Amino acid sequence: MPNIRVVNLTKKFGNVTALENISLEVHDQEYFSLLGPSGCGKTTLLRLIAGLIEPTSGEVWIGDKRVDKVPPEDREIGFVFQTFALFPHMSVWDNVLYGPKVKNFNLKEAETIGDEVLELVKLHERLDAYPSELSGGMMQRTAVARALAAGAKTLLLDEPLGQLDAKVRNEIRYEIRKMAKDLKLTAIHVTHDQSEAMSISDRIAVMKKGKIVQIGTPQELYMNPNSLFVAHFIGESNFMEGILTRAQDGAVEIELRGGFKVHAVSEKLRDEERVILAVRPEVVTMETGTVERENALAGTVEKITFEGTFMRYEIRLSSQDVVVVNRPSLTEEWIDVGRSVTLSFPPEKTHVFAYPEAGLSEEIAV
Amino acid sequence: MKRNKVQRSIANGLNTLSSNKIAKYAVYLSALVLFFVLILLPPIFGIIIKWNSIPTVLSQPNIVNGALGAIGNSFWVALLVSALDLVAGIPMAWLITRGKSRWLSVLDTLADIPFIVPTAALGYSLLLFWYKPQGLASLFGGSLISPGWLLVLLLHFTFSYPVVVRVLVGALLDYKMEYERASRTLGAVPFMAFRTVTSPIIKPSLIAAFVLSFARSLSETGATFIVAGLFQNGPVFLQTMKNNFTGGLVSQATYEGATVFASLILIVASCAIFAFIWILGPRFKFPFRGVWPGAERRLSYRKAAGSRNTVTLLVFFGIVLIPALFVALPAFQAVFTPILPAALSGSGIWGSYWQSLLISYLLGATVTVLGFLMGLPMAVLIARRKIGKTPSAVVDILVNVPLIVPSIALGASLSFFWAQSFPGMPELLLLIFAHLSITYPYIVKSMSAAFERVNLDMEEAARTLGAKPFSVFTTIVLPLTKYSILSGAIMAFTRSVSETGATVAVLSANSPFQTAPVVIVNWVKGVVTASSLEIGLGAGLLVLLSFVILFVLRLVTRGKGRY
Repeated sequence: MPNIRVVNLTKKFGNVTALENISLEVHDQEYFSLLGPSGCGKTTLLRLIAGLIEPTSGEVWIGDKRVDKVPPEDREIGFVFQTFALFPHMSVWDNVLYGPKVKNFNLKEAETIGDEVLELVKLHERLDAYPSELSGGMMQRTAVARALAAGAKTLLLDEPLGQLDAKVRNEIRYEIRKMAKDLKLTAIHVTHDQSEAMSISDRIAVMKKGKIVQIGTPQELYMNPNSLFVAHFIGESNFMEGILTRAQDGAVEIELRGGFKVHAVSEKLRDEERVILAVRPEVVTMETGTVERENALAGTVEKITFEGTFMRYEIRLSSQDVVVVNRPSLTEEWIDVGRSVTLSFPPEKTHVFAYPEAGLSEEIAV
Repeated sequence: MKRNKVQRSIANGLNTLSSNKIAKYAVYLSALVLFFVLILLPPIFGIIIKWNSIPTVLSQPNIVNGALGAIGNSFWVALLVSALDLVAGIPMAWLITRGKSRWLSVLDTLADIPFIVPTAALGYSLLLFWYKPQGLASLFGGSLISPGWLLVLLLHFTFSYPVVVRVLVGALLDYKMEYERASRTLGAVPFMAFRTVTSPIIKPSLIAAFVLSFARSLSETGATFIVAGLFQNGPVFLQTMKNNFTGGLVSQATYEGATVFASLILIVASCAIFAFIWILGPRFKFPFRGVWPGAERRLSYRKAAGSRNTVTLLVFFGIVLIPALFVALPAFQAVFTPILPAALSGSGIWGSYWQSLLISYLLGATVTVLGFLMGLPMAVLIARRKIGKTPSAVVDILVNVPLIVPSIALGASLSFFWAQSFPGMPELLLLIFAHLSITYPYIVKSMSAAFERVNLDMEEAARTLGAKPFSVFTTIVLPLTKYSILSGAIMAFTRSVSETGATVAVLSANSPFQTAPVVIVNWVKGVVTASSLEIGLGAGLLVLLSFVILFVLRLVTRGKGRY
């Protein structure tokens, strides 16, 4: 089924630029996510692709057809709304058959399609029910079934799980992905929930303030964030300020606040530059007492939180910075509040970024 | 089968057209043109055309003073009535929406009754109840209230009260109870919660209710004429002028001059007052700084609420409902006299009665259908801001104009315009135009409000599923709004059937197109000789028919329209 391409897409609402010069290609049969905080423009981008709003400039392509002047009903898309937008005056069955009917399919054909999609979403028993009689999960499945029955070749999902309970949400997100994959659809999924995006996407575009910050597979984004924003937004990171004292062959030495000297890896940065070192909580090792290690940081346990699969420790360093450390909760000995500890981390598991001009908190603000 | 094919190809054609931008804008443009040419501009031009007749009147101080006094009366009556309506209507709406008794739905229906009773019948009913010897007066051995300003005040209160209650019940039902509950959990007693949280939130509805009853009171002619006695307000003054002219008491020049003079002042003053309310209303803040926990607590609980409800019900039954339906008594008496067979056989005065009834209902149906056809694209245009934000808002305001202009002034200027521009224009067409002007705002307002409530997601979902704009409208928007549209149509229909002032203004004295309210007014005022039992039966039958219509429509719409 088709790939989707947007080229130099810009959308302005009055004086506000919601999207600026976006270019992006979603491959055929890919499950793609647009991820970002609210107001970043991800829903605007999806609605532009669907044709629900018109771009200020730029192109939208579905397959080899340019569609930015084509009305939504002729784009062969399936759109799943955050509110589901099920027609309240129609039963599940009539909602599902709405697409085939307005497209003038003959009734037999329409009913066959309706049967198929309801089978797919396992809603056959409820086809006489009205939307107000359905649970959130059922409404969600009806919305997907309705989009599929209309002959969608691409599935555009706008926060489709936003209105569901946490447990149902986790189940349904895999169902949707499986359905898209089984039917060989191209899907674009908008969400602000990074764990949702990570768990179901082939690739993710991380957006911020109307621009795309980084596009990559979940692994790429997690392992090699290209910016402080992505390092902060995807997963969790400790950020420590310092000065780059030596850079050679991709290996760097950084003097952190409080005089700690640590090693890390970076290709791009030069000597004497003000930098931020990013370390994920789960790569930090923690030992009691003072231990000689590479990249050792001395501190005291200030707070412990039991989070189920892991223990979350907050360690106050002698520089007064606080570092978060996650350790497995069941396989490791717990360490009490007030104990002195030594933290350490491998140089190759870190990321180094130039200190942002606007300041750290502004850069990572969502 | 063949018909299906034709239908399908028409639908296909309309669908294709609906995707065409030019066709779409042509529809909106024609709706705008029709609105301006048929509804908004004729009354304005009517006055401009007859501008020169004003000086004739200015030289006759008794007429000028009479007109000014009458118009002054109109405004203070309207103001007082609207204020009283709010005072009496708020506790009634509160009782209907928040009370726990299962009789409240009956009360809800009863509250609508005075609205559907044609005002001319209502006026006669009140006259019987408060004044005539067979009414309440019989208990006191004389007349309780003679025709005059007090009876006018009671009458206006009676027919505008249901409008206020209806608007406020709607507002209280739509309003999210969470706010009030939050206020209660934070320590406010019920009365305080209403005063500090609920009423500011439903303020737009309070203003709308006030405006509607004010406009209704300014406009009403037929019933006011029946109960006014020597008291004159604007519409009564205009009607008297017309009667004097047809009776040969004043010259045509004086009649036209006085009519234009009074209409102009009424129209300009109403527009100014409503503009004032619309602009200042939203800025008006209730003085909510202080709370009086002791006093408000006493107002909130058992005893106070009980006596409040008692007074509310007494006012409703004693001042609104029973007087409004009192005409049933002579109507019932007439059933056992030879009057009934005479009425049924259509002999004597009854021939023209039945004809007027037929004209009233046909006219009501015609203008409702025409208003719907003309108003539909207009409502879409307003609700979806099809011609840009500001122009759409301006159109939205302009549509209200016929609603706030006293209908007799509207009818008079309308007839001046059409008589001058198309001298041979059939009277029936003039009648239709006049009633169309009066009912059009009701239809457009209710439809545009309903369209605005349809979540845009629904329409967008239908588009992404492949529906063309016309299909979206017929399969999603119309089904979701049909009950609101129907209730708008009922309002327009009852308003047309009730209307006296505009009808009197456009019809010649011996017109064959006299509507039922005009006939009733003529009977009561002795223009046509009729006994009190005959008038009672005539008015009673009018009320009965209105009941039947309301009942049928209630059956049709019961329990529907809310998803």
